[in-house]
Amino acid sequence: MKLSERIVAWARLKSPWIILFNSGACNACDIEVIAAITPRFDVERFGILAKSSPRHGDILVVTGPVTRKQVKRLRMIYDQMPEPKYVIAMGACGATGGVFRGLYHVVDGVDQVIPVDMFVAGCPPRPDEIIDGVVKCLELMKADMKNGGKAWRVKAPAPAAEPKPAAVPGTEVTA
Amino acid sequence: MPEVVVPIGPYHPALKEPVNFKVIADGEIIVRLELDLAYNHRGIEKAAEARDFVRVVPLLERVCGICSHSHTTAFCKGIEEAMGVTVPPRGQLIRVIVAELERMHSHLLWLGVAGHEIGFNTLFMWTWRDREVVQDMLEELTGNRVNYGMNAVGGVRRDIEPPLVARCLKRLSPLEERIRKYADMVRHEPTTLARFQGVGRLTKEQALAFGTVGPTARASSVDYDIRRDDPYIGYADIPFDVVTDGQGDVFGRTLVRIGELLQSVRIVRYALENLPPGPVRVNTPRGAPKAEVLSRYEAPRGELAHFIRTNNTDKVERLDIRTPTLANWTSVAVSLVGSNLADIPVVVAAIDPCLSCTSRITIVDPGRRQTSVMSWDELRAHGIDFYRRKEGV
Repeated sequence: MKLSERIVAWARLKSPWIILFNSGACNACDIEVIAAITPRFDVERFGILAKSSPRHGDILVVTGPVTRKQVKRLRMIYDQMPEPKYVIAMGACGATGGVFRGLYHVVDGVDQVIPVDMFVAGCPPRPDEIIDGVVKCLELMKADMKNGGKAWRVKAPAPAAEPKPAAVPGTEVTA
Repeated sequence: MPEVVVPIGPYHPALKEPVNFKVIADGEIIVRLELDLAYNHRGIEKAAEARDFVRVVPLLERVCGICSHSHTTAFCKGIEEAMGVTVPPRGQLIRVIVAELERMHSHLLWLGVAGHEIGFNTLFMWTWRDREVVQDMLEELTGNRVNYGMNAVGGVRRDIEPPLVARCLKRLSPLEERIRKYADMVRHEPTTLARFQGVGRLTKEQALAFGTVGPTARASSVDYDIRRDDPYIGYADIPFDVVTDGQGDVFGRTLVRIGELLQSVRIVRYALENLPPGPVRVNTPRGAPKAEVLSRYEAPRGELAHFIRTNNTDKVERLDIRTPTLANWTSVAVSLVGSNLADIPVVVAAIDPCLSCTSRITIVDPGRRQTSVMSWDELRAHGIDFYRRKEGV
């Protein structure tokens, strides 16, 4: 690894910037994420800052099931983020759709649209669980850097290239 | 100068939730505002028709994560009315306690967000720290910080033990002191005075004409509160005042919300001190007889109405939810006209918008001027097909 790369890697692990995207949530996860940046939980002590622009972000935190109208927007936000990018799906809805699974305007979990690196359980997850998820994601980043990318985490039958979950019919995004 | 369209959203640094504004501006002055609120539409009303009364309550709790207790209380109250069931007084007062704590957490949250929108981040950090006191109380009472899971048709699912009552009462006094400090600070702080006063003004006539509800209406001296005017779940016996203000701007709405915080502390204290003994829940029949009920509730953001039609089964035939934010949006479009582009965040934040509960579908045939009903499968197929055609997803 070149010196410049090592400096960037060190900086990224010391201060990951998160982007909060509400893809159809009930606000419960959102207020818990915001509670995590306020004095009681204060994620800034880990160098974690909530940022507004996807172009500044390292970790995309997606709350809620993905509504059909948000599929394209979520994909666009994800595509605008610089590599390496990590995605955390919040709560039961982010994982599977939760209580909204199968509703007519919902495509269930976040992993139907973009690849997800970490799921945080709960409805909604408590702020301390959210912090735990982000810190675990940092360990994942470290492991990825050691192994040179995300490919080592992909299980055997998956494609050799960048891991991309199979899109469900009706949710593919065309340019 | 020609008019310029400024698109804001659905993902925008100033917004916490997906919403799309098309602001038509002439220089710095807003001429017109067009809104698209439907990004979070999930189809809960339709889903409620497919679940029985036990399983529909957790679903309705997630209509909105901030006023989750409001939606379940409004629904359970309506179903109980249809069934002819009376909730025991202890259960009713526990509902009131959770409802008022929810109002406190919502208003403190709002005060922080409003402070954040005008760049007063100190206020944001302070109110959210004090909000954690309320969250702790809610967690001890119900077991969860945000979606409480407290309500069930027929009463509440958890009782409050005396040591917990004492612990909660002990926490209320310091919290009340802090709220009084905010009330004093907002009236004297140059930042809040400069950014809140005279912004987003709504006269009483406008407030009535556009059907605003809750603190937005009460700040325009509309003296209207469901808790007093149509008392439910034991509010008739609880002493409290309805807070109104005559200024009609964002400053007035702030004062109304801070006043309501103090009234909520008073209600919670009264309810905790006067908890009657007895059961908290009664057994209810599985189904509800054929009935149509309009259940009204004063949610933190204003009047919430659930229209429920039952048909002798254990499911609702139709559930229609009219949320306060939907009623208040038109007032935003009106009060923003003529003000500066820079005032958009604070005027929008002043109604405490909650977008997860605001969008609805009605199928209208404009030629025959008729509305119609679609089945679940038709609607699902239509949804998939519509977005494939429109956006290629």
